[in-house]
Amino acid sequence: MTDYKAERAEAWREELRKSIPAKDRTNLERVEMPMQDAVERRSNNLEVNLGLTEEMAVKESHRCLDCANPTCVTGCPVNVNIPKFIKKIEAKDFLGAAAVIKETSTLPAVCGRVCPQEKQCESKCFYTQKLKKPAVAIGYLERFAADYERESGKMSIPECEKPNGIKVAAIGSGPASLAWAADMARKGYDVTVFEALHEIGGVLKYGIPEFRLPKKIVDVEIENLAKMGVKFLTNTIIGRTITLETLRERGFKAFFIAAGAGLPRFMNIPGENANGIFSSNEYLTRVNLMHAADPEYDTPVIKGKNVMVVGGGNTAMDSVRTAKRLGAERAMIVYRRSEDEMPARLEEVHHAKEEGVEFLTLNNPVEYLANDKGQVQQAKIQKMELGEPDASGRRSPIPVEGSEYLVDTDVVVVAVGVSPNPIITSAIEGLDVDPKRRTIIVNPENNQSNISDIFAGGDIVRGGATVILAMGDGRKAAEGADEYLKSLK
Amino acid sequence: MNKIVKKRFFSENVVQFVVEAPEIARTRKAGNFVIIRLDEKGERVPLTISEADTEKGTITIVVQRIGVSTYKLAALNEGDYIHDVVGPLGHPTHIFKAGTVLACGGGVGVAPLLPIVQAFKEAGNRVVSILAARNKDLIILEDEIRKYSDEVIIMTDDGSYGKKGVVTVGMEDVIAREKVDFCVAIGPAIMMKFCSLTTQKHEIPTVVSLNTIMVDGTGMCGACRVKVDGKTRFVCVDGPEFDAHKVDFNEMLMRMGAYKEQEKEAFEAYKNALA
Ligand SMILES: Cc1cc2nc3c(=O)[nH]c(=O)nc-3n(C[C@H](O)[C@H](O)[C@H](O)COP(=O)(O)OP(=O)(O)OC[C@H]3O[C@@H](n4cnc5c(N)ncnc54)[C@H](O)[C@@H]3O)c2cc1C
Ligand code: FES
Repeated sequence: MTDYKAERAEAWREELRKSIPAKDRTNLERVEMPMQDAVERRSNNLEVNLGLTEEMAVKESHRCLDCANPTCVTGCPVNVNIPKFIKKIEAKDFLGAAAVIKETSTLPAVCGRVCPQEKQCESKCFYTQKLKKPAVAIGYLERFAADYERESGKMSIPECEKPNGIKVAAIGSGPASLAWAADMARKGYDVTVFEALHEIGGVLKYGIPEFRLPKKIVDVEIENLAKMGVKFLTNTIIGRTITLETLRERGFKAFFIAAGAGLPRFMNIPGENANGIFSSNEYLTRVNLMHAADPEYDTPVIKGKNVMVVGGGNTAMDSVRTAKRLGAERAMIVYRRSEDEMPARLEEVHHAKEEGVEFLTLNNPVEYLANDKGQVQQAKIQKMELGEPDASGRRSPIPVEGSEYLVDTDVVVVAVGVSPNPIITSAIEGLDVDPKRRTIIVNPENNQSNISDIFAGGDIVRGGATVILAMGDGRKAAEGADEYLKSLK
Repeated sequence: MNKIVKKRFFSENVVQFVVEAPEIARTRKAGNFVIIRLDEKGERVPLTISEADTEKGTITIVVQRIGVSTYKLAALNEGDYIHDVVGPLGHPTHIFKAGTVLACGGGVGVAPLLPIVQAFKEAGNRVVSILAARNKDLIILEDEIRKYSDEVIIMTDDGSYGKKGVVTVGMEDVIAREKVDFCVAIGPAIMMKFCSLTTQKHEIPTVVSLNTIMVDGTGMCGACRVKVDGKTRFVCVDGPEFDAHKVDFNEMLMRMGAYKEQEKEAFEAYKNALA
């Protein structure tokens, strides 16, 4: 456990704290993220946020009061040592800042971009809690430190213990697996990552678009893992191409299942199988993984004029903003609750609005109408109102009778959730799986399943969750697997 | 990267490839398929495995040239590599002792039918196979099918080989003549639709193997969805074989046309680039 008090008492921290009076710090305005112009970016796929400059980052770091009780850390699912890394930025030791984050987070450049900071660390910041002012931009600073390190060319490859010759396997190659593989390689294990698709990265590659998370950033992380000796095997579906049993026969001693929650849900309403209606997974996979919008690539996608995206999560925002970039004249979010209940990152909602996306909240499609070629033409939409909070704590939407109306649409993207892919779980006899959610049941202490050599984490355990939680699971499961393997000796 | 070890033309537009894929050869069963991607820029194309050799570590696929990807694939030669091959995908065929099995293959559908015919024969069934195509040149794998069939009927639209007429004419003949206990039909969607209508009339349980549009082939996208018995199912993971009498063929035919315009355009562009 980190001794935050002792660290805070270190001379360099004391000195920094004294160098600027707290009052002057709290008077500073929160930094604004430099961004691509909202109109310009609609016609390209480049990253929207451009990143802080050194001056901006240092200035923002001045806002951090280096609190005696750093509540921000409690808001972080993996407890990044936030005050320490921010003070390293204040001391202009940017590489040092990156090193601090990497003590706990395997993918800081990714998390700095995609974490819902406003619900995590930044919601617990002293500024938010006590001063009622905008939080210190912890996410921006995390991204800054990680980008600085990567671009400095001095990205450190973690040192690995002497190879112990013990073969272990990760199934899936999303953030959970990448984190697990990194820690296991560091501990000296011989790690192979098996991936069903033709690319490594999971949702980071097929789901989250380039304009939010450039693929190059994910690739650098993968290259670093390869330098640490991690082997990657694409086009390999565990349970199909090779069974887990065969891997055992081939000498693999422990497994980490992180196959994600890749199964799209549909709403099962009339007309939903019309052409032009996609799951968000299909829409985003075509555009991100298969590069359908690039004429050089063979995969097609239907570019709509009036695109309707159903849902209020990150996936919905990514889909609707992708539609804008594919040239939609009208791009709409249709969401059955109100904006307050939207699970998407706040920043994505803002960005979508800036880009001209319309928000039809408290609206829900009930039917799709197609032409004689089977191409969707219109959606029948019903208005909703909010009732009492449901099990998720959000106020549940109730249909308003007789409120249906028609909206013209030629592409509909259904982004109403995902569930775990059953290929791997149904191929392992005796594995404890939640009968309803189809998630793998694990011991929360070490992410071990009921089968002792099988560990699991990420979305296949949690259902659709977040990158940071997946990564945290990977790290915990690596501890667990290491302990398990040592206990065998 | 998977090496092509053998290539053979069945006709101008139908090519058979034997491809190195040792893991898939080892685990595949009749009815399984693979998804291939030709190169970095290629699309993911589902193809049924028609044969496999576990010792040599190879699988056999048969393609008909119809669009850009299949033309590009057909242009590859022995010694060339296919960028990605993943599988085996889908549920294997349920093989059992039915009695008399009527196996109908249309066009390249005969390729995926072959392992199923073989498996039903080996399970002790009487197998009557009907191979149907537009003309003689498009009848493929006849010898291989004969090897595992008690009888083979050839139907061509133009009468250039076998009997003149569509597949259902042959089916009616067999059904009129003997008791058929089970039917398998694989081919173009429209052919399977009419096979299904025929056996429905005679109340013969029938399975079809659906060849919908796919992307990942692992249940991740829903591109392959089709209504069966009123419920939406994913062909890649719930199928590819379904009870023919419950499949909504009209919806399936409609969904298969989703990219017709784009495919046509891409194909024109491809042909112009070659010319
Ligand atoms: C469009 C979109 C946007 C998102 N935005 C955010 C965001 O902004 N912030 C955030 O924190 N989270 C976001 N999420 C959620 C986040 O991406 C996931 O929680 C996270 O990726 C889960 O990681 P994972 O490692 O569990 O699995 P995944 O990233 O889902 O990776 C699983 C991998 O396993 C592979 N696989 C499956 N079965 C097998 C098998 N049998 N054999 C081999 N491989 C297999 C799959 O092909 C896949 O590549 C988003 C998700 C989506 C879809
Ligand atoms: S092809 Fe994507 S779910 Fe079947």
